[in-house]
Amino acid sequence: MSTKTKNMLTTLLTLGMTALAFLLCQLAIVNDWSWMTSTLKGQLVNICAWIIMAVSLNLVVGISGELSLGHAGFMSLGAFSAIIVGSWLKRGMGMESGELRFVIAALSAVLVAGIGGFLIGIPVLRLKGDYLAIVTLAFGQIISNVLRLLYVTVDTDTGSLAMALKIGSGTPKLPGKDIIKGAQGASRMPQDATFVIGFILVMLTLLIVLNLNNSRSGRAIRAIRDNRIAAEAMGLRVTKYKLMAFVTGSALAGLAGALYGLNQSSLQATFFEYNKSIEVLVYVVLGGIGNIWGSIISATTLTILPEMLRSFSEYRMLIYAIVLILVMLATNNPVIKGWFRMVSGRISDRRNRKTGKKEARP
Amino acid sequence: MTQSVKRHSETVMVPFPSDAIVPARDLGKRPVLEARHLGIQFGGLKAVDDFNLTVGPTEIAGLIGPNGAGKTTVFNLLTKVYEPTQGTVLLDGHDTKGLDVTHTARLGVARTFQNIRLFDKMTVEENVRIGLHNKIQYGMVSGILRLPGYWKKERQQHERAMELLRIFNMQDQADAVSGSLPYGAQRRLEILRALATEPKLLLLDEPAAGMNPHETEELMDTIIRIRDQFQIAIMLIEHDMRLVMGICEGICVLNFGQIIAKGTAEEIQNNPVVVEAYLGKQKGAGE
Ligand SMILES: Nc1ncnc2c1ncn2[C@@H]1O[C@H](COP(=O)(O)OP(=O)(O)OP(=O)(O)O)[C@@H](O)[C@H]1O
Ligand SMILES: [Mg+2]
Repeated sequence: MSTKTKNMLTTLLTLGMTALAFLLCQLAIVNDWSWMTSTLKGQLVNICAWIIMAVSLNLVVGISGELSLGHAGFMSLGAFSAIIVGSWLKRGMGMESGELRFVIAALSAVLVAGIGGFLIGIPVLRLKGDYLAIVTLAFGQIISNVLRLLYVTVDTDTGSLAMALKIGSGTPKLPGKDIIKGAQGASRMPQDATFVIGFILVMLTLLIVLNLNNSRSGRAIRAIRDNRIAAEAMGLRVTKYKLMAFVTGSALAGLAGALYGLNQSSLQATFFEYNKSIEVLVYVVLGGIGNIWGSIISATTLTILPEMLRSFSEYRMLIYAIVLILVMLATNNPVIKGWFRMVSGRISDRRNRKTGKKEARP
Repeated sequence: MTQSVKRHSETVMVPFPSDAIVPARDLGKRPVLEARHLGIQFGGLKAVDDFNLTVGPTEIAGLIGPNGAGKTTVFNLLTKVYEPTQGTVLLDGHDTKGLDVTHTARLGVARTFQNIRLFDKMTVEENVRIGLHNKIQYGMVSGILRLPGYWKKERQQHERAMELLRIFNMQDQADAVSGSLPYGAQRRLEILRALATEPKLLLLDEPAAGMNPHETEELMDTIIRIRDQFQIAIMLIEHDMRLVMGICEGICVLNFGQIIAKGTAEEIQNNPVVVEAYLGKQKGAGE
C-alpha cells in the first residue's frame, strides 16, 4: 500500500472515529444513559476546545518541530475577541441567532489570533535556534497581563463599543454595560457554543491539520523540521513554511478560544497563563509528538479525569498519575500503533482486491 | 566501466577564456559555473584562497585533495552556505553575491552532502518530492481543500518521483522511511533528490563514500547516464581515484585551500606537484 493511500486512510479513520464518539455522546444524551453524567455533559464543549488546542499545538510542535510555550496565549486572544464580538452582537446589535453570532465571533477570534501568531512569528522564526520557546513564553504572560487591564463596555441602546486599558491606578470610566472588566474578566457573555458546534470545529481542525500535513506545504514543513540545511539547499523558503505552520496553529488556538470563551459564564485572563500552555503541551507529548489521534485521546482523557476524580479526594493525584502513564503507553505503544496501521491496511487491501488493482512491482 | 573509460579518452579539454579549460563540446557555450578569485577565511585560517574554476554546461568535473584541503568548503561557497570573503561566483552567468542558500539553489545548483542530510523521518518518495517542490507547485489552500489542482499536481509529482527513483532502481523502496535505508541507498537517494530540482549544476560531495567497488562502478555509469540524459554539469568531490580518473573530464586539485593543479586525468596523474602533495601519499598507503 502506498504512503498516500495510508495517509488518506489515517485521515478517514481519525475523522470517522471522532464522528463515532460524537454520535455515541449524542445518543447517551438523548437516551439519558447513566455514564453521561451532568458533570460530563457540562464538559463536552470544553473537551472539544482542548482537542482543538492539542491538535493545533501538535501542528507547531510535532509537524513543524518548533517549541511553543504560549499556545494558551493565542487561545486567550481568541476567547476575548469572540467574547467582545459575541456580546456586542447580542447586547449591542440585538442579533437573535446564536449560531450566526458564534460564527462571526469565531471568525474574528481566528483572525485576531492568526494576526497575533504572524506578528510573533515574523521576527522570531527568521532566527536559527530555539528562540520561539522563550518568546512565546513571554508572549503568554504579557498578553495575560494586558488583558487584565482591558475594559470593554457596550451601549445597549446605540450599540457602540467602548474600550480602554487601565493605565495607572484609576479604573477607566466607560459608558454603557460591562463586557470585560479588567482583572475581574468577562461575564454575561452569550453562551452560544454548543456540543454540535464544538464537534464541527474539531472535525474542521482535523481536516485542516491532516490535509495540510499530507500536502506539498506539509511536506515542506516536515522537511524543514527534519533538516533545515538540506531543505534550504532544495530551494525551500524556510521562514515561509515555519510561519505557515505557526500561524495556522495560532489561528486554530484562537478558534478553540472562541469555543471555550463562549461556553463559560465568566472568564479571567489569568486562566490562560503559562500553566495552561504547559498543560496543552502535556496533552501533545503524552499523545505522541506528531501523532494527531494521540492528541485527541490524551486531551479528552486528561480533561475529563480531574472532574471524575473529585470523589476520590486523597487518591486523586495517584490515579491521575497512573492514568497519565496508561495514556502514554496506549498512544506511544507500537502494538496499538500497529493495530491502527493494520486496520487501515486491511481496508485498502480489501478495496484493492475488489477493484483488482495491484501496486506496480516490476 | 568500459563505457566510462572510453568516454574519458574521447574528451579533449580546450582553453576557455584565459586559463580556464572546458570540454571541446562545451566551447562557446556559457559556462554553468565561473568562480573567480574565490576565498573565505575562518578566523586566521584561509580555508579557500584565490579559487578560480570554470565548468562547462555538460562537463563532469572533479575536485580532489587531501583531507581538510577545503573541498567541502568550496561547495559551501558555491551554494552560499558561506558568503565568500573574497571573489565572485557566477552560476549560469548570474552573480550570486548577497543571495541566500534558497535563492542560490533556485538559480539551478543542487548538491548532496558529505555527511548525509536526508529528511530522515520522511519516506523515500517524499524526499524526492521535496526536490520537486519548486517544479510542480500548488498552494496551501488547494492542499487543505483538496481542490482539483491538488489531485493533478500530486499525481504529476508522484509520477515524476517514481521516474527519478527508477534511475537507481529504488522504486520499490518509495514508501520506506529514508532514515532506515542502508548507507549506500541514502547516498543514492540524496542524488535523486538533488536531481529532482532540475539543476544545471549538480554538486556531489563524496558520492561513493561507504560504497563497495561494485556499487562504485555502477555509480560511475549512472553519473554519466545522468549527465547524458539531463544534459547538466556535474562536479564531484571524491577520494576514490578510480572514480575520479574514470569519469571526470576536468580535474582540479586543492591543497591547503589553494589550487595546485588543473587538467585532465592524465595530466593530473603525471603532475609531479600533485603526486607529491596527494597521490604520492595515497600510493604509499593504498596500493
Ligand atoms: N565553519 C568553519 N569554521 C571554521 N573552520 C572551518 C569551517 N569549515 C571548514 N573549516 C576548516 O576548513 C578546512 C577545510 O575543511 P573542508 O571540510 O572543506 O575540507 P575537505 O577538503 O572537505 O576535507 P575532507 O576530505 O576531510 O572532507 C579545515 O581545516 C576545516 O577545519
Ligand atoms: Mg569534505
